Order: sequence, then structure tokens, then C-alpha cells
Amino acid sequence: MTTSSPQKQKGKKQQSAAGLFIFLAVVAALYGLAFLMAPERAIHALHFGLKMLSRLAPILALVFFLMFLLNMFIKPDWIRNHVGHDSGLKGFLIAIASGIISMGPIYAWYGMLKDFHKKGMRPALIAAFLYSRSVKLPLLPLMVYYFGIAYTLVLSFYMILFSAANGLLTEWLASGKKVRSQSGSTE
Amino acid sequence: MFGRTLPNILAIIFLSGLFIEFAPIEQMTNFLGGGLLSDTLVGAGIGSVSTGNPLISYVLGGELLDQGMSLLAVTALLVSWVTVGSIQLPAEMHSFGLRFALVRNAISFLFALIIAFLSLITLQTLGVAL
Repeated sequence: MTTSSPQKQKGKKQQSAAGLFIFLAVVAALYGLAFLMAPERAIHALHFGLKMLSRLAPILALVFFLMFLLNMFIKPDWIRNHVGHDSGLKGFLIAIASGIISMGPIYAWYGMLKDFHKKGMRPALIAAFLYSRSVKLPLLPLMVYYFGIAYTLVLSFYMILFSAANGLLTEWLASGKKVRSQSGSTE
Repeated sequence: MFGRTLPNILAIIFLSGLFIEFAPIEQMTNFLGGGLLSDTLVGAGIGSVSTGNPLISYVLGGELLDQGMSLLAVTALLVSWVTVGSIQLPAEMHSFGLRFALVRNAISFLFALIIAFLSLITLQTLGVAL
């Protein structure tokens, strides 16, 4: 009670900011270890990472731009109505379709989904979105080339079907503690 | 918002580099060649700890199928490659919480096995051979 609220908030904010870099610091430490043990392979790994970063940069820029636009124009009311707890089948259809057409690596979407959850998106739909990303429209021709059209259709059908099941089951099993919004609790 | 997401993305990208360099998938596939269920489990396991473009999983899966690996194992590998994210798990936990991330990934692993079996049964029922 003696600690003032702004001080507490400042402390939490600093803790949260430090937490953001823990994972990155662990990876940097792993690189340090790799450099000591096998310098050439560590450099090779670093080159691979840099190459991946340069390849992903345009996609990440697009995702961040989309996040910016969605944050500006999509209000909590819209999210609650379309992908909220009472969105029903429509919510699943929107989440799964969005997952299928979404581009880039899965982790690029975490920030946007976290933001949507803060505004009322249902956890089952977050899981359904993440699962439905397994259906890669631009890569379907390659899958057909390797495995044939029947296999591609059957597998895609099951992956779409199981997106909804994954969402519902994840929400049910994780419902003891709802999806956490990492808003930093100061917002 | 971007500042919160970017460190995690950078960490995953560079962790992927380390993973691909120090845990080559070719070596992991040496564990294959056993029974149907164990191969399927190993296939799903490889897919779960692998990272990178799904394109790599198609190429790898196609090659392994040519080398005689069962379609069950290859399907489990393809599905878990894109649905289970061991490398991304810390970032997912950071974004959505530990419980959600662990439950989602565990269910996705289980579903990779179920989808592999269902796909094979469906294709056999339809009379389709690869």
C-alpha cells in the first residue's frame, strides 16, 4: 500500500520489457556457445539466419503494415461480433479462411492475434487460425506434383476439418486458464 | 506492438539457423525404417522439431516416399511440420500463455497421427494408390 501505483506500473513495464529480450538473449548465448565449439558451423548458421531474415523482411513488413491497418480500423466491437465468443460457425469460417490465405511464418502473426484476443477474439478461433495455416494455397501445385491430386485434396480436407476440432479442443483443455493477453497490464 | 513482436521473430529466425546447421534432418531420418506406428511417430516427431518453409517438407517427404518410407510416416511428417512448432514454442508461450501453447501443440501432434491414418484409410477406400 505504501508503494505508489505509478511506481508499480513502471516496475512491471521494465520487467516486461526485459522479458521480451530473454528469448533473443538465450539464442545469442547459444550462438556464443556454437562459436566456441564449432566456429565455421556457427558462421554457417548465422548466414542462414541472415538469409532467412532478408527473405522474410518483405513479408514481415507486410504483416506489420496489416497489423497497423487492422489496429486502426478494426474495433473491438467488430471482433466481438465476428470472431468473439458468440461468433459461432461464422467465426470459425472467418478464422479458418483467414488462416489459409495468410502468408509468411506463423510467428509473424502472433502479435496480431494477441492484439485481437485483447479485443475479444475467442481462443478457439486463434487455435483454428494457427492450425488452418497448414493448408498452403501457393504450395498446393507442388504437393500435387509430389503426391498427386487425390492425396492433396484428401489431406487438405482433413487439415481444414481438424482446424475447427483443434480450436475447440485447445480452448476446452486450456480453459482452466484463458489465453493470456501480454498487454503488459499497463494498457 | 511491433517492438514486442520483433525480438521474438528475430530469435526464432536465428534459432532456426542453428537448428538447421546442427540438427540436419537427413540424420534424423536414419531413425526411420521400423514398424508402421513407430515410423509414424518418428515422422511426426521429425516434423514437430523441424522448421522452415513447408516446401522443404514436401521435397523431403517426396524423397522419403521414393525411398520406401510409409505414406503414414510421410503424412505425419508433412502435417506436424506445419502444425507443431517446437522452435516457435517460446514465442507462442510468450504471446498466448504457457498452457494454451502446450495444449495446442500437443493436440496438433496427436492430430498429425490421426490425420495420417485417416488420409491413408480414405485413399485406400477411394482406391487411390501413390
